Amino acid sequence: MARVGVITFPGTLDDVDAARAVRLAGAEAVSLWHGDADLKGVDAVVVPGGFSYGDYLRCGAIAKFAPVMGEVIAAAGRGMPVLGICNGFQILCEAGLLPGALARNAGLHFVCRDVWLTVDSVTTAWTSRYEWGAELLVPLKSGEGRYVASESVLDELEGEGRVVFRYADNINGSMRGIAGISSADGRVVGLMPHPEHATEPLTGPSDDGLGMFYSALDAILAV
Amino acid sequence: MPRVVVTVMPKSEILDPQGQAIVGALGRLGHAGVSEVRQGKRFELEVDATVSDDELAEIAESLLANTVIEDWSVTREQP
Repeated sequence: MARVGVITFPGTLDDVDAARAVRLAGAEAVSLWHGDADLKGVDAVVVPGGFSYGDYLRCGAIAKFAPVMGEVIAAAGRGMPVLGICNGFQILCEAGLLPGALARNAGLHFVCRDVWLTVDSVTTAWTSRYEWGAELLVPLKSGEGRYVASESVLDELEGEGRVVFRYADNINGSMRGIAGISSADGRVVGLMPHPEHATEPLTGPSDDGLGMFYSALDAILAV
Repeated sequence: MPRVVVTVMPKSEILDPQGQAIVGALGRLGHAGVSEVRQGKRFELEVDATVSDDELAEIAESLLANTVIEDWSVTREQP
């Protein structure tokens, strides 16, 4: 059975839902601790949402130096699938695994609602199960979710097909409506909305997020 | 111990919604002459003699600022 690690930092909130999404997709969820430089032999890693280290200094700024992140950065370099959700996306940007940064929402409001996303890349390790242009209904809950990068980086992301998700309604002012992006090799993906909260109708607005976890299992088995 | 001040500001081309909100509040308070506010951070570091300018630059660049969206400057305060 594929084993997917889920990291817990002090202040992480969504590790339990992320682990549950991994199990619903049919894999074993393995808890990883921020202070341990050990990935326990997992096949993929989810960096979940929350407020790691209280969001002190900047979202993700302290977490990027956690012992476990050194292992995640090394594993990503070897092509391990890594998914950063919300605060996890912020951490991956701070750690340099993904370009750009997440800034305070335009209009300053913390946004907590279900949002429609459009899938803009189906070649990543986390989105192969979707059709290009598919619309997903997924919760968004963040105050610093406005994706920002230089024009040259934005052009590069678009040119290389690395914009993975866009907001149907750009609710936080993200540049070019970007909700999620990938690394150049498509193995590392980060997004602000929460696919792990959209895995079954009982607890979320849809089960649209489950495809990301199925996709990762395909990527693991294809290696 | 000598004090070093590191100032971190949002880059000029980056939207600063917090600064805009402050401008709006100032306008409502009657301070109509203030046309722009940008909000940043100030860090005060107590450092010993072993901390070089290069090391301070590394501290600012690697941790205190995110250079994608922020500029930083380092000033050594005179005792």
